[in-house]
Amino acid sequence: MSAQSPTVERDDDLAAARPGRGANAAGQRIEIAGVGKRFGGQPILEAIDLTIAPGELVALLGPSGSGKTTLLRIIAGLEAADSGRLSFGDDDATRLTVQQRRVGFVFQSYALFRHMTVFDNIAYGLTVRPRRARPSRREIARRVDELIDMMQLPGLGARYPAQLSGGQRQRVALARAMAIEPRVLLLDEPFGALDAKVRKELRGWLREIHDRTGLTTVFVTHDQSEAMDLADRVAVLNAGRIEQVGTPRQLSETPSTPFVRQFLA
Amino acid sequence: MSERTIAARAADFATESVGARALLIAVSIAFLSLFLFLPLAIVFAQAFAHGIGAYFAAFVDPDARAAIALTLTIAVVAVPLNAAFGVAAAWAIAKFEFVGKNVLTTLIDLPFSVSPVVAGLVFVLVFGAQGVLGSWVAAHGLRIIFAPTGIVLATLFVTFPFVARELIPLMQQQGVAEEEAALTLGAGGLRAFFTVTLPNVRWALLYGVLLCNARAMGEFGAVSVVSGHIRGLTNTIPLQVEILYNEYNIVAAFALASLLALLALVTLALKAYLEWRIVGAVAHGRAR
Repeated sequence: MSAQSPTVERDDDLAAARPGRGANAAGQRIEIAGVGKRFGGQPILEAIDLTIAPGELVALLGPSGSGKTTLLRIIAGLEAADSGRLSFGDDDATRLTVQQRRVGFVFQSYALFRHMTVFDNIAYGLTVRPRRARPSRREIARRVDELIDMMQLPGLGARYPAQLSGGQRQRVALARAMAIEPRVLLLDEPFGALDAKVRKELRGWLREIHDRTGLTTVFVTHDQSEAMDLADRVAVLNAGRIEQVGTPRQLSETPSTPFVRQFLA
Repeated sequence: MSERTIAARAADFATESVGARALLIAVSIAFLSLFLFLPLAIVFAQAFAHGIGAYFAAFVDPDARAAIALTLTIAVVAVPLNAAFGVAAAWAIAKFEFVGKNVLTTLIDLPFSVSPVVAGLVFVLVFGAQGVLGSWVAAHGLRIIFAPTGIVLATLFVTFPFVARELIPLMQQQGVAEEEAALTLGAGGLRAFFTVTLPNVRWALLYGVLLCNARAMGEFGAVSVVSGHIRGLTNTIPLQVEILYNEYNIVAAFALASLLALLALVTLALKAYLEWRIVGAVAHGRAR
């Protein structure tokens, strides 16, 4: 299998689910209804309503302290909301544990397991499954190799995270999240830890991965150009509330609040 | 060549004069020789003062054997328990937020700030014949004070901080992101602990266990108070050494003491090796 370019046609099951937008078996609708969260009496999120269409790529954009990362972590189940409901597709996810939600989560600093090789990192989600749901060792190796290929990490399977560049770590983190065949893909400041040049490159590449897999994807960013370039729709957050949700074009042409206009300027 | 001279010149500016350096080094070596190397040499010199035969004869004595066996037993019981307690305490403190966390952190250090003799006395006052729980203990036919159980308890108290203190700073530095990643990938809490948390601190854990073991085998003060010095029954190696020494049985005393000295040397060598691994592991982490 060729690993030179992400645009190369591939015949595996991940590539078969393409392109991403709209009606696609891989994409699940995310529905957030009235989600609120307080911390020590201080509201972090207030009555958030947001519906994300199957296969959509949505950015949560806002300044630090706007609650965007908390919202992402609530979707993942890493944090519990005080109020409101959350569903994936037709399933109520509000009471599901983080393990049951099966989300692909890419952490801001990647959180790769430092004592494991790239291969073991990517395989982790499959190897920790209960015995009856666990693929055979051979099947795991096949899937990991496939992801290493897809993420353009050829020959790096035996390396440790400390031996990789920032961009490579990012791709390992994404491969690891994809290995569990997640229902939705969540990324926290996916390009925050990278230098400007690599950042631009990976942007286009993330868009491509998204379109190819058709996964419903939500990413958090404080960088408006990143959100506007990459996302189908952008939700602008400020002080725990959603100011406006819309396509990049709608936001820049008809900002609904002074905050949105200012933040996008 | 130029690189060398520049480095040398920089060193000249940055450090003391040659004379001052020589003096400092000489003082350090003299101090170390007088207070560390000389005593260590004397331990072995005295132990072998009457030849190898007399040295090994000291270990044939049943009381000496009992003391060695008891010391090993204490370590075998106390070290794994404190490794487990230490890991649990460090895990709670480094990875979770809860009320009373600062109190717990301070309490962990308590055994370091309390005199071991006081620690031993506390156990006597609690479990001894006149102690708070003394009658309860006696009623259930248990022996704690003047018995190996009491020695284990005193040792547990004195050696509690070693593992926890080694682990807490490292675990705090590593944060919780990797554990969270494991959870999102489907691992349960325990699974994440054994596959992510524990492997990430394995060298620091070994290091803590090593220090804990050295102290468990060498502890004198606390153990001396609760043991009762019953020969062949409740004497550990340090206590037996004291008894032999007080009886002017110098060769036997130093022969037993040489075991503890050897333990110290082995501990030191392993410690140096582990420190080297930990520095590597931390650099590994920081490179992220």
